[in-house]
Amino acid sequence: MFYWLQKNLPKIVISPSFAVILWFVYGFVLWTFYISLTKSKMLPRYEFWGIDQYFRLWSNPRWFNAVENLLIFTVLFVVICILIGILLSILLDQKIRAEGFLRTVYLYPMALSFIVTGTAWKWMLNPTMGIEKLVTDWGFTDFTFDWLVNRDMSIYTIVIAAVWQSSGFVMALFLAGLRSIDDEIVKAAKIDGASLYSIYITIILPMMRPVFMSSIVILLHISIKSYDLVIALTAGGPGISSDMPAVFMTQMAFHRSEIGLASASAVMMFLTVLAVVVPYLYSELRRQDANA
Amino acid sequence: MQTLDIQKMENIERSASRKRTFYRWLLFIMLGIFALYYLAPLYVMIITSLKSMEEIRQGNLMTLPGEIIFDSWKTAWSGRDYDAGNVFLRPFFWNSIKMVVPAVAISAFFGALNGYALTKWRFRGDNLVFLLFLFGCFIPYQAILLPMARTLGVLGISNSITGLVVVHSIYGLSFTTLFFRNYYVSIPDEMIKAARIDGAGFFKIFFKVLLPISAPIIVVTVIWQFTNIWNDFLFGSTFSFGEAAPIQVALNNMVLTSTSVKEYNVDMAAAFIAGIPTLLVYVLAGKYFIRGLTAGSVKG
Repeated sequence: MFYWLQKNLPKIVISPSFAVILWFVYGFVLWTFYISLTKSKMLPRYEFWGIDQYFRLWSNPRWFNAVENLLIFTVLFVVICILIGILLSILLDQKIRAEGFLRTVYLYPMALSFIVTGTAWKWMLNPTMGIEKLVTDWGFTDFTFDWLVNRDMSIYTIVIAAVWQSSGFVMALFLAGLRSIDDEIVKAAKIDGASLYSIYITIILPMMRPVFMSSIVILLHISIKSYDLVIALTAGGPGISSDMPAVFMTQMAFHRSEIGLASASAVMMFLTVLAVVVPYLYSELRRQDANA
Repeated sequence: MQTLDIQKMENIERSASRKRTFYRWLLFIMLGIFALYYLAPLYVMIITSLKSMEEIRQGNLMTLPGEIIFDSWKTAWSGRDYDAGNVFLRPFFWNSIKMVVPAVAISAFFGALNGYALTKWRFRGDNLVFLLFLFGCFIPYQAILLPMARTLGVLGISNSITGLVVVHSIYGLSFTTLFFRNYYVSIPDEMIKAARIDGAGFFKIFFKVLLPISAPIIVVTVIWQFTNIWNDFLFGSTFSFGEAAPIQVALNNMVLTSTSVKEYNVDMAAAFIAGIPTLLVYVLAGKYFIRGLTAGSVKG
């Protein structure tokens, strides 16, 4: 008996947490999936209805608009964050005296919540008293900057604030990557007469492939889930011009009594994350096995 | 001929060093511009919170306050006597503390145990178990919001701080398990073997051998969980409202529900107050914060 206990103690210790994860993560996802196949409105109903909610979802112009916004946001957010991140990490990698301080400055937005970020940027982007007034005061009297209340531009304000918050993080990832590169490679290339610019483009950046991969996956993940920032900055408006899938989901679930439709949208989000994360985790684990 | 060569060399060297100084300056200017870009919103937030509305209307984002006034901080924190309906942060700040402390402790403790069991006492299927934990870091929470709301209702803890503690403890488990697992993997198994030969059992090894050397990863985990839970808005806004709301929800409500005239100075003071705890943690323990970020992202 004692021996059995000793032998199985690790499993016994881990099983409560594991049960919790199975139930609250996997069980709940399955529940949401099942509800998306029913007619549920305000309360869950369990009679099977088929995939009609998905037809309803994809023929809903508001959902379509949210997906379109997500695409615009994701492309800009990922590309700009990576460009800034690479640039900053390379600049910081030039043996700068104040590196520690600058790194702290570039990364601190990451410690703030999206609600705080959204509140601050909402004030800065204020169409009459914010940046517009600042630039007008500088003498450019014709300057207008009303993106926050402009239907065509509101989605870009979310990009601005999100890039401000997350680009420093990409810098940190790339800087860590650069630091792990063997100095000898750079020295050898320098002796061969390669310029610093071409060393970075042809030698170092290609070596950063894993960092590119993880940065892209993390940024995609952040953008698919983006909810708080939208709520704090534009609340999806004006109208629904800066709506996103996560906002759509909570709207349908908790304000419109459309649980079935909300579940269908949640499943779409889940599948998107799955498509991004599973290949990544797979390749990461394989890389680990290869290293071990 | 020879003198000419030397002169030529000197010229080349001089121009090279001039070029180097130029690039050095360019480098610092670019780094400086980026530093200003990241600092600008914080600067605007602070100086706006110290101005009167009168001054805000007259000046612009960058103008320094003529007279520093802390009234908006007071209003944001504890409200005003004459309009009772307004939201102010103090009670919600405490809500967040009451939510964060137990949730961080619970998730970190179980994460440590899981990480230990997964690395030092390998059993059949342990890799699959870990993978299932790991994927929990990535799920979009929209896929669990509805069943969670119902579960909290059934348990009778919806719209309460207890409910939020439960939710954050559960969904933090994946991250904490990942952190501790990755840390314990790098600790040599010989230490465990030696302790086992000395007759130490599962828990004795955990408390006497591993925990004493776990300080760095405990700090990383606590900071990560603290920041995430303090900054959470999705769970807070879906599972609690009114009096049990955490600070981020209260801040958002405060900014949205202005009674008459919009008070940007109070909004900025409130945003800053809501950001202080995590900023402080970041400034004091930045190294561990970054380690958490990179460990939580470059998974594996």
